[in-house]
Amino acid sequence: MARVHLPSMLRTYVGGEKELDVDGATLRNVLDALRERSPALERRLRDESGKLRRYVNFYVNGDECRTLDGLDTPLGAGAEVMILPSVAGG
Amino acid sequence: MDVLLGIGTRKGLFLARSKDGRSSWNVSAPQFAVADVKALAIDTRRETPRVLAGVLDSHFGPTLVVSDDVGETWSEPDDAPLAFPEDTEAALQGVWQIAPATDAEPDVVYAGVEPSALFRSADGGRTFELVRGLWEHPHRPEWMPGGGGLALHTVLPHPRDTQRIAVGMSTGGVYQTSDGGASWKPTNKGVTADFMPGELPEWGQCVHKVALDAETPSTMYLQNHGGVFRSTDDGASWQSIDGGLPASNFGFPIVAHPRRSGVIYTFPLVADMERFRFPPDATCAVYRSEDGGETWSAKTDGLPQVPFWAAVMRDSMCADDADPAGIYFGTRNGEVYCSADEGEHWKLVVDKLPDVLCVRAAVIG
Repeated sequence: MARVHLPSMLRTYVGGEKELDVDGATLRNVLDALRERSPALERRLRDESGKLRRYVNFYVNGDECRTLDGLDTPLGAGAEVMILPSVAGG
Repeated sequence: MDVLLGIGTRKGLFLARSKDGRSSWNVSAPQFAVADVKALAIDTRRETPRVLAGVLDSHFGPTLVVSDDVGETWSEPDDAPLAFPEDTEAALQGVWQIAPATDAEPDVVYAGVEPSALFRSADGGRTFELVRGLWEHPHRPEWMPGGGGLALHTVLPHPRDTQRIAVGMSTGGVYQTSDGGASWKPTNKGVTADFMPGELPEWGQCVHKVALDAETPSTMYLQNHGGVFRSTDDGASWQSIDGGLPASNFGFPIVAHPRRSGVIYTFPLVADMERFRFPPDATCAVYRSEDGGETWSAKTDGLPQVPFWAAVMRDSMCADDADPAGIYFGTRNGEVYCSADEGEHWKLVVDKLPDVLCVRAAVIG
């Protein structure tokens, strides 16, 4: 079970929830579970080929998942996943 | 008469309304403010007009949204309205064109996307399916991206035959189907490709925009990466019609009048390196032909004085369906102009917007 923290602009897709508790042994498992639960949220995090969207960051217990094992990053008991849009735009 | 003008920009969608003969406009605040909106349609085949917009959020990806209350509210399905099937291993990068089909198929809407592919909706634009016949075309691996990406940016359902569709791609060129999308053939004979060596290719051109003649859809008009062309045989062969245009012959849009045969509009740009992609003589001018491109005249009345350095993108010029027709264009420096008399005189609709990527207009009441 991981606790997923959502940025404000994505909460609209899950009824305003700031955090979701989601089962999954890896980040991929958690996103697969989110796809079942809220496809409108999940498709903003991954494209339909399964790749993480380039300008969305996923911090697993404080480290961005791309510095770990990406989608295969293991999530231990009580893992915290913080989703944040990267610095971009103008 | 209530006219809706949709303006898609690099930072959001603006909706303008005019109820005084297109003389003055009420322009909304931006919607989808952090997204680029390069595809719009106003589907007036329905009892309530439907506005459709292709929205690309730089963080959270592309989607297609619809509004049945003129932009007050927008909706989309939970699952992606447009997505490549898993076996294609492709992912949608953006929507470049939204084209309602004809009155004979009131719920059919086509979408052209990046990477180059055609999608078809049978529920008014809420959900789409990939047109496999084009995706599986043997030429597809060799279509190359132009400067803006590898996109299918033009979709022209035939006005009298639901089985026929023409599409335009950069690069790739014009392809057509006459069996509802099952099979496709390139129709580019005579269209130049000055970025490729050797004889003119059968396909691979960097076509920028194509339009069908209002009365005679076997006549097609094409603004190419270099040159403007006309076909009078359904695209089987093309002839140059840019002799009456400035020596430049580059440009992005080409628009056909909604009813008058032979009346077309374009906005030329210079192709040489000295004035690369700027309007000729730094002059803001729409060129109109009333004889299918044999002769052209510059229309500048009401447009900005020189110097003018902004370009007009491929979908940033359109016509409405009023009589007389309104002609519109938006610029990369965020200005939008309207002519309520088919191009004779022009008036500013709005300025100081983000750069304009597309405009669409229709009478909605």
